[in-house]
Formats: sequence, C-alpha cells, structure tokens
Amino acid sequence: MNVQLFIPCFVDQLFPETGFNMVKVLEKLGCTVNYNPNQTCCGQPAFNAGYWDEARSVANKFVKDFHTVDYIVAPSGSCTGFVRNYYGKLFDNSAAHNDVKMLRKHLYEFTEFLTDVLHVTDLGATLNGVATYHDACGALRECGIKDGPRSLLSKVKGLELKEMNDCEVCCGFGGTFAVKFEPISIGMGEQKVNNAVASGADYLISTDLSCLMHLDGYIRKHELNIKTMHIADVLASGW
Amino acid sequence: MHQNASSFLEKSEKKAGDLGHRQTINFNIGKYNTAVKAGKQQFADLTTARERAKNIKWRALDNLDKHLEEFEQNLTKRGGKVIWAENAQQALDEILAICKAKQCKSIVKSKSMATEEVHLNSFLAKHDIECVETDLGEYIQQLDGEPPYHIVTPAMHKSKEDVARLFAEKLGTPPDLTPQQLTLVAREKLRQKYLDAEIGITGANFIIADIGGVAVTENEGNARLSTAFPKTHIVLVGIEKMLPSINDLALFWPLLATYGTGQNVTVYNSIFSGPRQEGETDGPEEMYVILMDNGRTNILMDTEARESLYCIRCGSCLNACPVYKNIGGHSYGTTYSGPIGSVITPHLRGMESYIHLSYASSLCGNCTEVCPVRINIHELLLHNRHKAVEENYTSGGEKMSWFGWKQASLSRRMMNLVSGNVKNLFMKKFFAKAWGDDRELPVFASKSFNQLWKERRK
Ligand code: SF4
Repeated sequence: MNVQLFIPCFVDQLFPETGFNMVKVLEKLGCTVNYNPNQTCCGQPAFNAGYWDEARSVANKFVKDFHTVDYIVAPSGSCTGFVRNYYGKLFDNSAAHNDVKMLRKHLYEFTEFLTDVLHVTDLGATLNGVATYHDACGALRECGIKDGPRSLLSKVKGLELKEMNDCEVCCGFGGTFAVKFEPISIGMGEQKVNNAVASGADYLISTDLSCLMHLDGYIRKHELNIKTMHIADVLASGW
Repeated sequence: MHQNASSFLEKSEKKAGDLGHRQTINFNIGKYNTAVKAGKQQFADLTTARERAKNIKWRALDNLDKHLEEFEQNLTKRGGKVIWAENAQQALDEILAICKAKQCKSIVKSKSMATEEVHLNSFLAKHDIECVETDLGEYIQQLDGEPPYHIVTPAMHKSKEDVARLFAEKLGTPPDLTPQQLTLVAREKLRQKYLDAEIGITGANFIIADIGGVAVTENEGNARLSTAFPKTHIVLVGIEKMLPSINDLALFWPLLATYGTGQNVTVYNSIFSGPRQEGETDGPEEMYVILMDNGRTNILMDTEARESLYCIRCGSCLNACPVYKNIGGHSYGTTYSGPIGSVITPHLRGMESYIHLSYASSLCGNCTEVCPVRINIHELLLHNRHKAVEENYTSGGEKMSWFGWKQASLSRRMMNLVSGNVKNLFMKKFFAKAWGDDRELPVFASKSFNQLWKERRK
C-alpha cells in the first residue's frame, strides 16, 4: 500500500525522529512510504489567529502538494482534524472543492491509520514501565480518536497502561494561546502533569507533539520524574 | 493592548496560580459532573433531544420579530405591559420610572443575569432604592459586594467555610454555622424583605410567544415569593430568550435542569402570563415585561454568530472549560463569562474592548461538545478572530508576522535555509519571554525531517 507522509511543520523542525519512527512502523506493516519534500504546513496557525486569507494561501499549497490517490498519514490529530473539519470553510464554493474532498477522505492520523485502515494493533513493540495516555483535543474531539491509541498501547510488551484523572481535559497548549496567555497555559499544563504524575506513570504518551512539547517544557523545568513520548516513538521501541 | 485585555491578563495570572481557588472549583465542578451524568439518564435519546432543541431555537431566532410581537399581543391581552428597551440605559430608566410611580423604596429580586448586565442594583442604590437578592447564591454575593462568579451558581468559588465567615462578618452570626444553619439565617433575613417590598423583579429563563408567558425556573421558591408579595412584578429579559410555544417547555425544562445542575427538572417552574386576573385571589396587580436588546441584534445580524443567541444559560460550557476553571468567573470582567461569554461579549459590548476574550481559548472544543443546544462555541471564537482581522482590529505588527509566516510557508526553500542552531538562538532571543519561566523551551533539531529524509533516503 502506498502512503504519503504529511510531516507537520513543528514535527519537521523539532521532532524529526518521530517522523522516522512513524516511517519505521509503516514500513514494517508493508507500506511503501513516500514523502513530498515540497510540503510545509496545513495553514492551521494562521487560521486560528483569524488570518484566513493567509491560511488559505498556504492551504492551497497543501492541497496541491497532496494531490494524490494514496493514503496520507500524519503524526498529529490536530493537523489532521484541521484539514478535515476546517478546509471546508476555507474552500467553500471554490474550484478546489473536489480536491479538498478527496484530501479529506485520504488523510489519516497515524494511530487511526493503523487501527482503522490497516486493522493492526500489535506492532511487536516493547517498552518497560507504566504509561498514561493524554487525549489530545485535536485527536479526541476533531477526529474522534479515543480507543485506538489505547489498544495500540495495550499491546506494547512491558507497558502497563493507567488512566489518569481528567485524561480528556486540554493540556493548555493551544498554539499562540500558549504564549499570548502564558499563565493560563501553564496552569492547565500543570494540572495535566500533576494528574499524569499522580497516576504513577513513567511515560506520558499522546498522539500530538504540540501538547507534549508544552508539557515536556513544564516537566523539564520542574525536574519531574516522568517522560513524554509520542505514540510513534513508543510503537517503534524494542525492535 | 486595550486596558480590559491587560486587566484580564493580570487577573487570570493571579487566579491561575491560586491553588486554593483551583481546589474549590475542581471540587464543586466535580460534584456538578457527577450530578449531570446521572441527570442525563432521563433522556432516552439525548443526541436527538439536543438537536431538536437547537432546531427550536433556530426557528425562534430566525422569526424573532414575529414571535416578539406575538408575545406582546398575548401578554397585553391579559393585562400585562410590554416595554421595549434598546439598551441598558433605557431598561434602567423604565424601571426607575415604574419605581417612582409606585413610590418604591425596596425591591426583592430573584436571580437574573439580565439585571446584572445592566448593573441594576447599583443604579437603584444611587436612587435610594434598596434591591435585595433573594436567591441564596446571589444573596451571598451581594453581601460580599461581588458580582456573580458563574451564571448558574453565583457563589461557586466560595467554600462553605468561606460563606460561614462572610455571614459572621456581615451579619454577626457565629463563625461556624453549617450550610443548613446559614440557609435559615438568610431565609429569616429575607422574609421581612418580601413583606416590605413594593416591587418584585425577576428575569426569565424563557419567554413564550404563543401564550405571552414568562417562564422562570428556580430551586428555592424565592422567585415565587418575589412575585407573590409585592404589588408590582417587573421582568427584565433579553429578547433572545424566546420559545415559540408553551409545548417547547416539555423539552427545555428538563434540558436546562440537567445541564444546569444535573436535576431531572428544577424544583419550582413558574409561568407568568399577566397580572392578577379578575376573580383570582393572588398575584401582583401589575406586571411589566421589559424586552431588552442591548447588543443582541448585533449578533442577530451576523448570520454566523447568530446561533450564539440559542444559549439557554445553563452554564455547562463554563464548567467544561479548562480556561474558566483556571482563571475563574471574575477574571473575565464581564457579566457573561466562560466560553459563551467570550463569544458574545465582543458583539454585545464592542470588538475593540472585548475581542481579547475570543483569543483566550486553547480551542479544545469541550464547550461545543457539552452545549445542550449544540452551539459551535469554539468555532464561533474562531469566527470572532476572523472578524477582528477583517474589520482591522489587529495590530500592524501582527499582520506583518502572518504575512511573513505565509511567505515562509509557501516556500520550502526558505524554510530550509536556516539551520536548527540558528533557529534555537532566534527562539531563545525572541521567544523565551513569552514562553515564560515555568517551561523549558523546545529545542530545534539540528536538521529537519525534510533535510534528513533527503540525506537518508538518497
Ligand atoms: S452556550 Fe450552551 S453550554 Fe454554554 S451556557 Fe449557553 S446553552 Fe449552556
């Protein structure tokens, strides 16, 4: 099966290895992985800031870069959710309508692709310790991802999954919100980390690196004994 | 930055770090969550019920002009008087005129956000008219000289110990009374007020076009007392509270009760459809209903934002909002706080002074998920942000940044030009302050995925 990678901008710049771990998992499952090196960003940052024209220009490029009949897979529920649920607003009554429709059909968040398209949950991964899963808002509410990541994690050898309190509550990242309203963002992040620590977890795992980047910043600053991990990094562990 | 925005930031910073506040709110909202879960059991098909409620409000608002006239006709037929108020000042002036005509010195009022919106109590106080809150939560807030913290549970941020201390300080009661004892104290104090008051003021949960009625929902019976003793009943209500038919209450009463407090149905549900009629033994001699616009037609004109008028003020989105839970109701500096407040306030009171609230959201979408009438709350926050850009409320610097962002995002070559190390330096220099002291900065990889892919996959 042919798969096109969509590597969101911050994954590209900050967490390239997660991208490669996703590739590693997909190739293990027999996918032929392709990557269009022209890609940049889906346009979400500008859209969320209210700059819809700027967002549309970049989204237009995205639609062109991903003009394909292959599946498109991204290590982010937030970007996937944005393309699925908001491109309609940007391209309402436009010539790109059909392309956008096709794009929305082919684009999957990574765990969703594993569980819903490939119907795989056991990747043969090993990671020793206790883990807790954070439901990233984009994955949970924009894509409806809830059980998939949990079944994937439950198959990881050596990993015990424990639910934390308020696992569905936002971590407080929220893009520019994290800097425009830094104290609120920190308060939310603190509560999320406290809940994760209280669950007894060694690993705080999620589908979205934007959440994890913010939480990891808090954890490192306060020298807490818990490690954030993207689910692709977990699934690529131990083999 | 507008002064409202800086005051919002200042207050929210203080509250977000206030662990006592956090504990009280998490505890109280935790109790609410458990109750709501149980309350929802009464609906065989909740999704359909919510969808239907949204449709009814959609019809009510899309035909608001007709429904308002129908309401006026029907209420007038039974001797009620309808007054139209375009803004807060008109509403206040009308109330004052009635007070003067009745030589009123004291008023009892049941819980009403519309009266908060126009700051009725302080206005009347200036005219030497006492206006006493009779809802227990509001009574507590009035004693403390604070506006309500929450649209449904005005004193949610106070623990029972806080309330006991407040009563001791203001009313001289022993400092260790239990909630039951405190309630009795309040009841005792209020009895005389009901008897003395010349006028009773209420808000309305719904106004009903086909019967010309006003529906009021409450748990303490205080709205009934406020309308039973005084000779005059004034209702102040926003025009958006419209329901086309009395039959709609069969859905809206349980829906509001469940989402507001987790009850199946609220304890007291009254419909007022005029003053005392001939042959009736009780009820006020006169009833006035003030239909207030105060910015609501701004929202009505904006076809995207219009659905925010479907709100039945259940408070669910506040309780579901992690921002609200961290900064509390008072930091907003508005009558309507939380997600729905952040949607409507910029329209009601001016983009320039309140648009910052539409940005103060991580867009987690939980508000939209819980809203009983399925308002797309977080998408309306995005709509407001877009509107702010379109109508030129954003700064030149911000516009430049997004232009720059666009140029960079349109060209992979530009993105690849700068190495990870330079980006890290740049981030430390320009970004560290905004990112704050409580988080370490993320670190750019020395090579992007894009570069690594080209190297590794050659
Ligand atoms: S917007 Fe919806 S959830 Fe929020 S108070 Fe109104 S009806 Fe309730």
